[in-house]
Amino acid sequence: MLGEGILKGLAVTARNFAGSFVSAERLTTVQYPEERIALIEATRDFPFLVYDGAGWEAGLRCVACQICEKECPPKCIYIEKSADKKPDYVGKPQFYPARFDIDISVCMSCQICVEVCPFEAIKMDTEFELSTEDRFAGLLFDRRRLAKPNEHYRRIHPAEAAEVDARLASEKAKADAKARAASDAAAARAAARPAKGGD
Amino acid sequence: MAVADNKTEKPEGWNRPPVMEPDGDGELLEVAMGPHHPSTHGVFRMDVALDGERVIRLKPVFGYLHRNHEKLAEGMSYLGSMPFTDRLDYICSLTNNWAYALAVEKLTGQEVPERAEYLRVILGELTRFQNHASSIGFLIQEMGASGTPLMYAFREREKILDLFEALTGARMMVNYMRFGGCRVDASAAWLDAARKVVAGLPAFTGEMDRLLSTNEILMARTQGIGVLRPELAVNAGVTGPMLRASGVNYDIRKVDGYGIYNRFNFRVPLGDHWDVYDRYMIRLLEMRESIRILEQALKDIPAGPVMDPKAKLRGFRPKPGEAYGRIEAPKGELGFYLISDGGPNPYRYRVRPPSLINLTVLEDMALGENVADVVLIFGSVDIVLGEVDR
Repeated sequence: MLGEGILKGLAVTARNFAGSFVSAERLTTVQYPEERIALIEATRDFPFLVYDGAGWEAGLRCVACQICEKECPPKCIYIEKSADKKPDYVGKPQFYPARFDIDISVCMSCQICVEVCPFEAIKMDTEFELSTEDRFAGLLFDRRRLAKPNEHYRRIHPAEAAEVDARLASEKAKADAKARAASDAAAARAAARPAKGGD
Repeated sequence: MAVADNKTEKPEGWNRPPVMEPDGDGELLEVAMGPHHPSTHGVFRMDVALDGERVIRLKPVFGYLHRNHEKLAEGMSYLGSMPFTDRLDYICSLTNNWAYALAVEKLTGQEVPERAEYLRVILGELTRFQNHASSIGFLIQEMGASGTPLMYAFREREKILDLFEALTGARMMVNYMRFGGCRVDASAAWLDAARKVVAGLPAFTGEMDRLLSTNEILMARTQGIGVLRPELAVNAGVTGPMLRASGVNYDIRKVDGYGIYNRFNFRVPLGDHWDVYDRYMIRLLEMRESIRILEQALKDIPAGPVMDPKAKLRGFRPKPGEAYGRIEAPKGELGFYLISDGGPNPYRYRVRPPSLINLTVLEDMALGENVADVVLIFGSVDIVLGEVDR
C-alpha cells in the first residue's frame, strides 16, 4: 500500500514525542545556564599549574625544565627560567619559572604537557566559562592566573589526584629517609672526629 | 564531434566523465553552490553548469580549509602530530588516532598489548556507529526532513560521546591512542557503561529502519539517483561504504585483518543497485555489524596492561625507513604514510584521506541529474571538510 512506510515512520515519531513526556531518558536536553549537567571526572580543557601549601609563588611545583614548552604541539607555552633557586617539595633547591604564560586562545587541550611533565606540576582544569571581551591579554594567562592549589586538583579529578599525592608522598618519604641517613652519618662522623683529634 | 567519438571508443567505466550536451538552444546557467551552503558540511564549492534543472558540468573546488597539516607534522615530534590527527575527520577522531598509531608502530616495530587492541576495536566500532548514524541523519536532512532523523541520531551519538569523554577526557578531540597502546585504561565501571550503551543500540537501528527504510518519499528521492558503477569506483580509488554500495567486496578489516579484527565474526554488506539508497542502506547494515563486533569485543576483553611498558612516549628516533599504516575508517581507507630519516621528526608525512578520494567521483555521479539531487548525492558521499582539505 502506498504510504505505508510513511505511516510506519510517523508511528515512530509519535512514540518518541509521547515518550518524552513520561520517560526522562527520551528528554535529553537541559536549559543550560539555569540547569547544568555534572561534569564527567575525566573532562579536561585548559592546563593550570599546581602549587602546594598556602603561598602560590613559593609552592609552585614547576621547576622550569621547559619540556612542556618544547613538546606543546601548537607552541602556546612560554617559559622564562629564574636566575636563583628555591627549595622544591623534597627540599632540593630548584629553578622556578620567572615567567610562565599560556595563550589559551592557541591551546588545543591535548594535555601532552601533562603527560610529559616529570614533576606533576601542570594538570588539566575543567573551567570552561572563560569568555572575555579582551581577546588578547584576556586570554593570555600568566603564572598568577594559572596557579591553583592542590586542593582544587583534588576536587576536580579526585581519583587521579589521590594517585599523584601518594606517589609524591612516597618520593618525599624516600628523600627524607635519605636526608636523615646522610645527616646521621654526618653526625656520627662529627662525633668520631674529636676522638680522633684527641689522639 | 571528436569528443563524442572519444567517448564511444573508451571502455565502460573508464575514468573520465561522460560528456553531457545541453538539449535545446537555451543558455547554460553557471551556479556556484557553496562555499557557504548549508549542505556542503563546511566550506566547499561546486561550480555547476545547468541546462534548466539538469547538471551538464560539475567542478568540485576545495582547499578553503587547508591548514598545512602534513608540513606541520614534518617539523614536529611523532607524539606532537597525534592531537592534530583528531582534527582531520573530527567526527571520527579515534579512528584517525588509530591509523596514525598503527603507522608509527609499523615504523618502530612496536608491539601493542592485547587489552589495548580490544579497547581500540571497541572505540573504533563505537566511532563507526556514531559516524554512520549522524551521516544518515545529515543525508536525510539534506533531503528536507528537517531534523527528526538527525536529532534521533544525535541523541544516540550523545551517549557514545559521553563514553568517549569518560575514558579519554574529551568528546571529540580525544588524543587517546599512543604508540604501543592507549593512554589510560578503561575501568570496570566504564566497560559496564559501554555494555549498557551497546545493549541499547539495536533498538536505535530498528527505530531508524522503521522510520526511514520503507518511507516512500525517501525511496522516490534516492533510488536510481547517483549511480556509481563498480568499474569506475575501483578505478577512482573509492573506498569504504561508497565502494561497498557499488557492490565491490573490499573491507580492510577483512583484507588486512589489522589489529585483532580476524578474531571477530562479522559480515560485509554489499549493494546491488549502486545508488544513493544503497549507500544509505549499507550504512544502516554496517551499524548492525558494528554492534555484533562490539558485543564480541566487550565479552572477550582480557585484563592486563594497556601500554607496552617498554614503549617510549617522546624523544625516540625510528630507524631510517618508511611505513604505511591503513585502517578501515568509517568513511573509507584512511592511511598514514611516514618516512623516517632517523631523526626525531618524520621526514615525510602523508595522509591518504578517504573523504577527498571519494569526492573525486562526484561529477560522474551527478551528471544528468537534477540540481536538488546533487545535494543528495554529495551528502551520500559522507565527507568531512577537515579531512578533504587538511
